[in-house]
Amino acid sequence: MSDVRESEAPVAVAPVTTAKAVRKSFSSPIASALVIAVTVLWTIPTLGLLVTSLRPKEDVASSGWWEAFVHPDLGLGNYHAVLFEGGFGNSAGLLPFLVNSLAISVPATVFPLVLAAMAAYALAWVRFRGSDTVFFVIFALQVVPLQMALIPLLQLFSGGAHIGSVEIIPALDLKGTYAPVWLAHTMFALPLAIFLLHNFIAQLPRDLMEAAIVDGASHFKIFRSIVLPLCAPALASFAIFQFLWVWNDLLVALTFAGGTPEVAPMTARLAQMAGSTGQRWELLTAGAFLSLIVPLAVFFALQRYFVRGLLAGSVKG
Amino acid sequence: MPTDLQLADSAWTDAAIKFGNSAGAIAGFLGILLAVFFAAGRAGGRFTRPLAIAVMLGPAVLLLVVGLVVPLVRTVFLSLHNDDSTRFVGGRNYGWALTTSNIQDVLLTTLLWLLVAPLVATGLGLVLALLVDRMKGQAVYKALLFMPMAISLVGASIIWKFVYEARDPSQPQVGLLSRLAIGLGWHHPPNWILSQPLNTFLLMVVMVWVQTGFAMVVLSAAIKAIPDEITEAARLDGASGFRLFRSVTVPMIRTTVVVVLTTVMITTLKAFDIVRTMTGGNFGTQVLANEMYSQSFVQSNYGRGSALAVILFLAVMPLVAYNILQLRKERAVR
Repeated sequence: MSDVRESEAPVAVAPVTTAKAVRKSFSSPIASALVIAVTVLWTIPTLGLLVTSLRPKEDVASSGWWEAFVHPDLGLGNYHAVLFEGGFGNSAGLLPFLVNSLAISVPATVFPLVLAAMAAYALAWVRFRGSDTVFFVIFALQVVPLQMALIPLLQLFSGGAHIGSVEIIPALDLKGTYAPVWLAHTMFALPLAIFLLHNFIAQLPRDLMEAAIVDGASHFKIFRSIVLPLCAPALASFAIFQFLWVWNDLLVALTFAGGTPEVAPMTARLAQMAGSTGQRWELLTAGAFLSLIVPLAVFFALQRYFVRGLLAGSVKG
Repeated sequence: MPTDLQLADSAWTDAAIKFGNSAGAIAGFLGILLAVFFAAGRAGGRFTRPLAIAVMLGPAVLLLVVGLVVPLVRTVFLSLHNDDSTRFVGGRNYGWALTTSNIQDVLLTTLLWLLVAPLVATGLGLVLALLVDRMKGQAVYKALLFMPMAISLVGASIIWKFVYEARDPSQPQVGLLSRLAIGLGWHHPPNWILSQPLNTFLLMVVMVWVQTGFAMVVLSAAIKAIPDEITEAARLDGASGFRLFRSVTVPMIRTTVVVVLTTVMITTLKAFDIVRTMTGGNFGTQVLANEMYSQSFVQSNYGRGSALAVILFLAVMPLVAYNILQLRKERAVR
């Protein structure tokens, strides 16, 4: 065996051999085995969820999911049941909540993306006195956790805003609509989005911008026909990050959408189901896996953008 | 069954209406923007620039002022008032948070989370990053280890709640952990989720499960970015194995390690999903972020809830500030 010979080699051999030895010591069979063991350990819980969601109700209640490898009897019955039939103290299945998740996530990605790109362009290329200050304040707003804004924002949406007895913003009757959730997600996304897109947009070539201005293009024209196409990669990264952030969010959803089938997303409903006392694991696992499909698909299809977006957004919230 | 069909039918109608609303909102939003762009683009003369600034920067600034700046001030204001915000009480809500024994427990549990989960996740991530660095097919391992980061904390909690499911020992176990414990000869394993203080650590496992892959991917990238000349020079000087790791790798990636650690700390401090989904904050597992939610939105104690939010803010702020400054510095170097 080669590693035996190498361990017998004298210490002071040519540097190339030493380098090889270092490389070897890191890629030793033990190291590989460790990584594989941890990877298997990391994957098993998700596998258990998937297998359980495919097993019939009686089997789930009477035996562990690993038994399915001995007595395979798998089907999609639980998915039909959890989507269309009521349970867990609610007459609606999970379908309306799945619909809500999509109907919340898409606009809550588009709105901040467009608004932040516009603001970032203005701050980077339509400079004015105080634009640095505005940028710095937005930059600094990243430190505010969204918990700091929840109560006042909820009060604003339900009761409007007053100074003394003068009404500044009227009470908006938004209950039962997506608007509060969209608005809240848009507001909370802006500091990070503006910061990231500004970094990108500010680095676009100056010559290009000046040439466009000389040609008589307005800022709106430049924004639409030069800035947006050129920062497509940055926009894509942020869009993926924001979409998954909204899709996976529970705090904003619970606060602004409650738990009703009219507006609440999957996460809110699943948290409710997990908290209820009935032990219907076959339904809960099917529901949970449904909510994982979208992020997992995005993750495996767009891994590169995904990791980049997540790294950039890791301080958000 | 006809009722079943009717139900399904109304569900699809409902879905169509909701998607219609959502698509309509996006179309309306983009339509208004285009109209404003068109109108503002035609304005000439000395109004061009101010108009462009107002149209492009205005909406974002307005939303930030209404959605973050004013609420920030208002939350501090609320935290100094009683629970229905009718009377000024000074620091009494903060005093309540720091002296009531069950809130003290909550703060201690949060501190425990803050110390244990990020350290374990970052440490494990670092070890994995070093081990995986020279492996064949490392992309596959990295993807599988990173995968939990993609899913929601609610989903992750359900996955692990099922692992921790415990039945009476006379019945067949369906939870993996109980089955393993029995297989290893522990005849009467406890009901995991109910046993204090073990349950808090079991909940932390979920956070570690989610964040380790993140730590590994970031640290692995940092290790790969160490210039080859430096490692080669160290090798020529006779450093190898652990010594190479300690004297070259660690100093070169120290900043990244700290950034990863603080990032996981921020997530840990603010996450309320795990505790909420797995125990609802019962059985001695409550943490600050979930207590803030319960005080504010379950019990409508706006004063106390706001005080807890401010405490959370003060705890998170230095970590985030450090992180974004560090990231900016790195970008400036490049």
